[in-house]
Amino acid sequence: MQTKRQYEVVFIVDPTADEEVSRLTEGFSQIITDQGGTVTKAETMGKRQLAYEIDHHKDGTFVLLEIEGTGAEIAELERRMRVNDRILRYLTVRVDEDRRRAEKLKDRRARKAAKRPQHGGQGSQGAHSGGPARRGPSMSEFAEASGE
Amino acid sequence: MSTNYEDRPRGGGYDSDDDGDRRPMGGRGGGRRMHRRRVCRFCIDKVDLIDFKDVRLLQNYLPERGKILPRRISGNCATHQRMLAEAIKRARNIALLPYTTD
Repeated sequence: MQTKRQYEVVFIVDPTADEEVSRLTEGFSQIITDQGGTVTKAETMGKRQLAYEIDHHKDGTFVLLEIEGTGAEIAELERRMRVNDRILRYLTVRVDEDRRRAEKLKDRRARKAAKRPQHGGQGSQGAHSGGPARRGPSMSEFAEASGE
Repeated sequence: MSTNYEDRPRGGGYDSDDDGDRRPMGGRGGGRRMHRRRVCRFCIDKVDLIDFKDVRLLQNYLPERGKILPRRISGNCATHQRMLAEAIKRARNIALLPYTTD
């Protein structure tokens, strides 16, 4: 295992402890760096309504961390979050494998397109007018959605 | 419990109905199922990765009951349906999407 693993950690902070969010995020980032990992991205996605109640909370502040490391720091981070009452929930997803796979698919598509630049077009799918590819959710979308 | 999938908006994150092959859904309750060419929206959009944080997109595949829309309805390809299902389950875990709605 040479390459570093990449993780996305999302956690929900108790909205009544809103001023603590940045402090918590910093604290967790510190834990990661102490354990030898790196935080590549840390962003607060804002307060949002929860789809269901968690410990009688109807909404929470979502924070996203992107972490690169060996996996050991994730264990420590999760342990800390588990014991913290302010953290309603957390979810860790390992993303490097999926991203590599996506990259591969993209490459393959590019090669295929290069192989036959004149794509039939008329044969199967004529009607589609290629709209802009959809990106991930922007933060503004998040804020919008919380109002619902 | 009525799970009438056909009434729901379909397709992935698109607001414009640009497929010309969609026929009008006339004949209210008129038994015969419309034959419609099934296309995977994700394949058309060349999506390689479905993000669980993209609630707007995922919601298109959750009918009112909150169940994952089966691919026989949505027309997704197996690969993308798998990715979609995974993303929806993750989103549910972190309370971005409901497990059930009643």
